[in-house]
Amino acid sequence: MAAIRCENVLFRYPGESFALRLPALAIDSGEALGIVGPSGCGKTTLLRLIAGILQPAAGRIEVAGECVSGLAFAARQRFRIARIGLVFQEFELLDYLDVLDNVLLPYRIASVLEMDDAARGRAEALLESTGVSALRNRFPGELSQGERQRVALCRALVTRPGVILADEPTGSLDPENQARGISLMRESAAAAGATLVMVTHDHDSLDGFDRVVALPEILDRSEN
Amino acid sequence: MKESGIFYLGGRYLRRQPAKTTLLVAALAVALFLPVGIMLFVSRAETHLRSRAATTPLLLGAPGSALELVFNGLYFSKPEVAPLTQRRVHEISADGLARGIPILARFRAGSDPIVGTSLDYFRFRGLEIREGRQLARLGECVVGARVARERGLHPGDRLVSAPEAVFDLAGVYPLKMPVVGILDATGGPDDAAVFVDVKTAWVIAGLAHGHQDAAKAEESLVLGRDDAGAVELNASVVEYTEITPENVSTFHFHGDPEDFPLSAAIVLPAGEKARTLLRGRYQDAGRDDGAQLVEPAAVMDDLFATVFQVQRIVVAALVLVAVAMGVIAALVFLLSNRLRAREFESLRNIGADPSTIRALVLFEGGAVLAMSLAVAAILTAMLWLAAPALIRHLTG
Repeated sequence: MAAIRCENVLFRYPGESFALRLPALAIDSGEALGIVGPSGCGKTTLLRLIAGILQPAAGRIEVAGECVSGLAFAARQRFRIARIGLVFQEFELLDYLDVLDNVLLPYRIASVLEMDDAARGRAEALLESTGVSALRNRFPGELSQGERQRVALCRALVTRPGVILADEPTGSLDPENQARGISLMRESAAAAGATLVMVTHDHDSLDGFDRVVALPEILDRSEN
Repeated sequence: MKESGIFYLGGRYLRRQPAKTTLLVAALAVALFLPVGIMLFVSRAETHLRSRAATTPLLLGAPGSALELVFNGLYFSKPEVAPLTQRRVHEISADGLARGIPILARFRAGSDPIVGTSLDYFRFRGLEIREGRQLARLGECVVGARVARERGLHPGDRLVSAPEAVFDLAGVYPLKMPVVGILDATGGPDDAAVFVDVKTAWVIAGLAHGHQDAAKAEESLVLGRDDAGAVELNASVVEYTEITPENVSTFHFHGDPEDFPLSAAIVLPAGEKARTLLRGRYQDAGRDDGAQLVEPAAVMDDLFATVFQVQRIVVAALVLVAVAMGVIAALVFLLSNRLRAREFESLRNIGADPSTIRALVLFEGGAVLAMSLAVAAILTAMLWLAAPALIRHLTG
């Protein structure tokens, strides 16, 4: 069964000639998919469309059985925070929250999520499993890039989402930490039974992924 | 929107920015406190000063500043006023129009004023003895409640007057005075004063003194004798620095007590007619007549008319400063939020509602404002509590 399904998606940034046209893309539940492609080909845009951060001009995007492209803005926000885990390139941790609070951030800002002992326990367990439990009271400014990436991964997993979207999460890491980070992400998603979609420009870092697609090859470039 | 999360995140943000938060709170608190504090202080000072002035019908003093006369005669404040002679007080009482209560508030015991007066003063002010007894003999003193509390004085203790000029070796010796009574607290300047009989104040002034009997003095102390038998002694004669039952008879005045100085006299007219007559008499006499008669309440009215005029200008300026401070604080918030644009975008990307982000910003601003108001309220309460002491200090 497809966890993510895109059909005839069209997206265009206002005032720009570039348009992303994706005739079809289906990602199975529990699959680890890597999307590669050169800078500017639309990888981040596709990820943001799937996450519901951007709204396509045409077409249909389904995530976990919900037509994200058909939801209103507020509903998309609620859906994303509860059902999708996001790992950004710069990790986007809040400087004024310690590690544990950063992991629990979705529970602080989403009315659809309830902060309870189970959520706290899950956050603690994730920090433990990713090896940053000892840093739980530290602030992001006191962490290395690799440690930040792990905290960002914990934040993406804490709500037990069905889908994890990672946007070049190893871009700011050294090669050794890149491999370790991607491996940890894949293993964590697999352990959680989540579908993982990761975009990167580095094809070599996707060893062990179930499938790797080159975005330019699946886009309709007839008008670009 | 999740209120608990907003409070949590807002609180964490403010705690993580202690310098910025403290500076903003302090600046806003001071800007809010100053105009309110000034108005409150002036209001309390007005109540305090007017209440005493209102209960003092008239004040007689030497020509000069009516304000200084009122401050010295009513609050025993430091600025020394030109002396008024005892004769003036007797004159005003002589024709039955009024009764005069002498005040000589020139000397100090430490930092507390020594007030030479008569027993009428205690009756007029309604001052009751809480411990000990009333003045009965030359050289005794009763002290106000605050003086007793601060110095730990009880009846039987001793107080020494402060010398006027420390390096004047030929000057008057300080007088050691037994404390015979402690007054009940009144909340006014009487609490902070040391009261003596006016004659004792003249002893402190050096207008009266006591020394060993000249007739029995050793020959080595005698400089000469005149035909009438009067003895002139040299400076080695023992002068008494404390008036005791044994030596009180040796104390004597030099000169005519009618010419002895007072700071002021409280004048209690026999009635409204007497009051009007007296006011007219001293108005007609002019200011070079050697005395002026003032209505303390009217003097305070004039003072506060000026104070309120200045207060209006100062408060208006401070309100403008507060508004400017508010604008600067708003600007700091705007710039700070601009710098946090990335953070807000992250929150949106994770799934926060725009209303959550707006509420977060509003909460942080509101929390800073609330903390500023709380600090301003605490400062105002502290000023309210400290105002009596501050007013005493300013008028002392």
